[in-house]
Amino acid sequence: MSHDQKKFWHAGNILTAIILAGGLVLTFLRFYKGIGAVSNLDDNNPWGLWIGFDLMCGVALAAGGYVTSASCYLFGMKHYHSAVRPAITTAFLGYFFVVVALLYDLGHPWRLPYPLVYSQGTTSLLFEVGLCVSLYVSVLFIEWSPAAFEWLGMRKLRNIAVKLTLPLTIMGVVLSTMHQSSLGALFLIAPGKLHPLWYSSFMPVFFFISSMVAGTSMVIFEGTLAHKGLHRMMDETHLKEANGVAFGFAKAASFILAGYFFIKVFDITMDDDWKYLATGYGAIFLVEMFGFVLLPSFLYAIGVREKNLKIVRIASVLGVLGIVVNRFNVSMVAFNWQLPAAERYFPSLMEVGISIFVVTLIITTYRFITTRMPVLFEHPEYKDAH
Amino acid sequence: MHRRKFLSLLGGAGIASTLGTTKAKAASNASFDGYPDAMGVLHDSSRCIGCRKCEEGCNTVNHLPKPEKSFDDLSVLDTKRRTSATVHTVVNKYNVAGLDHPIFRKQQCNHCMEPACASACFVKAFTKNSDGSVTYNGDVCVGCRYCMIACPYSVPTFEYDDPLDPLIQKCTMCHPLIKEGKLPGCVQSCPKEALTFGKRSDLIEIARERIRKYPERYVNKIYGETEAGGTNWLYLAPVKHTELGQPVVGKKSAPELTAGALGAVPMVVGIWPVLLTGAYAISKRKEKIAAEDQKAAVAQAINETQSAADDKLKAAMEKAAKDKEASIERETKKAVANAEKEFEAKLAALQNPESEEVEESSKPEGDA
Repeated sequence: MSHDQKKFWHAGNILTAIILAGGLVLTFLRFYKGIGAVSNLDDNNPWGLWIGFDLMCGVALAAGGYVTSASCYLFGMKHYHSAVRPAITTAFLGYFFVVVALLYDLGHPWRLPYPLVYSQGTTSLLFEVGLCVSLYVSVLFIEWSPAAFEWLGMRKLRNIAVKLTLPLTIMGVVLSTMHQSSLGALFLIAPGKLHPLWYSSFMPVFFFISSMVAGTSMVIFEGTLAHKGLHRMMDETHLKEANGVAFGFAKAASFILAGYFFIKVFDITMDDDWKYLATGYGAIFLVEMFGFVLLPSFLYAIGVREKNLKIVRIASVLGVLGIVVNRFNVSMVAFNWQLPAAERYFPSLMEVGISIFVVTLIITTYRFITTRMPVLFEHPEYKDAH
Repeated sequence: MHRRKFLSLLGGAGIASTLGTTKAKAASNASFDGYPDAMGVLHDSSRCIGCRKCEEGCNTVNHLPKPEKSFDDLSVLDTKRRTSATVHTVVNKYNVAGLDHPIFRKQQCNHCMEPACASACFVKAFTKNSDGSVTYNGDVCVGCRYCMIACPYSVPTFEYDDPLDPLIQKCTMCHPLIKEGKLPGCVQSCPKEALTFGKRSDLIEIARERIRKYPERYVNKIYGETEAGGTNWLYLAPVKHTELGQPVVGKKSAPELTAGALGAVPMVVGIWPVLLTGAYAISKRKEKIAAEDQKAAVAQAINETQSAADDKLKAAMEKAAKDKEASIERETKKAVANAEKEFEAKLAALQNPESEEVEESSKPEGDA
């Protein structure tokens, strides 16, 4: 026992504890003194890091859930089966903590259910996002629950949840299509504020397509991390299938990124925005398009062709970063681009701190779950049962 | 009614139901051109002297906290200001190149005919009233601040420093005063008639008349006539409105910008499950066919192996039979040969009795 305790306080856990403690202090400040006391948000810049990162990136990067479960259960790619549970777990945690992070950003967090149960503003795209996210987080919970039920030995509930797999997977894709795209559609209402290189009537399509890139890249990236830290929790099937999953998803991501690049080029052409490429924002746009779309697309392709896992993993990091860059550009960098520099937004340290706190909560919960529940391995009693 | 409610829950119906009291038809050729008797205010920059009396009037009628510097202090105008949670209107000074005097422009909520804030609000906290004003109900507000993102003029402000009940604040066009038949606070206090309150349709006439009468005094544009679907506040200016910090806003109203995306939602809900179930069915069918093919192949392989084995067996049997036959034949031949030999020997013995003994001793050989 004392041996275990000694092992518990290794560097990683100490860092986690420090971040969590700091996060609690920031949480207190936020709710005791108000949003203004901890953030740089103001009347010109009502949305900042908490929306741009926690919500926009959080939802996109949790797309691995619908991408993996759809390819396994709907498109018949059975050899991805061992990747489904880790992906669903990440997705569920991602969405759950998106909601948690949202509570920091909302002026009246306790009124979060209002749009669903009290006063439905159906003309708002945010209403659609709210409805879909709340439904999808429930869907993900049920999809994820067999892992918990197996761990707890609740066979009956587990079997009921497993039987729902197919309809839940379909619902998951429907809901994801809608809210991933709606996150992009949120900005349709503000053509005057978002830079023309990013503003497009096709923003919903761009957000949906790029969410697939986020999903596939995140599964590979997360796999890399999990193999480093949680290798001992993986069973033979998982280990055997892991490389196949990485190469398969890399191939998919390579194609999707290439397609995404072209629809962006078409969009710039249709809106005749070429003239902006020579400006400062044009440079930012080109970095995004070449460094975080075309480059990972090529790297993925090369990695798959050479059967080189290392290149695929590098590409996945670029893919994940690319989503962050894109969502940051749309929600912060290119938003309010016409305002003078002094009126622009840059996140405060405390805002960054709260975002780090939320990410740490996700990782800690993921570690708690995967070191106990059958996520990276199959429960011996339910082998071949799902 | 249930169906309607269902559709509207899906976000497909009621583009203009944002407008609170109106029930406009979504996806029809009917359009909402604003309430016919809606009021508005015309601000004429060529008359405005930047005295800040309107700011003071607004502050008084809305019972807002008094600012640090008094409203008489015109040095405030030297820095660009915007509205805030405690200041619902500000006048800014613009030094325009080529003019020997500054130009002043008042800002506050423009009270859109189809307000972006109302369209964007996911709890219907905003109402477009028939008097033209856009008002806000803090009791349902979740504090998401999407209205602030949506507003093309960045009008709504937020009480960031209130931890418990932070609300959106903005000009209400003095909706309560209009109801009492009074003028909005700012209009009441303007000493130069730079602000004119009246029916929006009349204000447009007045504005056109002024441009026609004094073409040298105004640019030929009424800002707000078509901006974002039209606003109830209208502006006349001697210089381009962009020189006065007024953003270029397209003619499209907020609902027009978002209707396409919202309309796609029911389509996704309807068709996606069909396509996905189809994909599932296709992959299942492929699996089934593959399984059948495999089964057939296995059966064929078994058959082939079986028949090959049979052939082999048959051949072996035949060979064995042949061998047996051959050996029988051989043995028979041998036996016959021996018998013949024996017979010949006996015959010889009979013919030559001296050699009888010799012949007899060789007898067992023949039996073997």
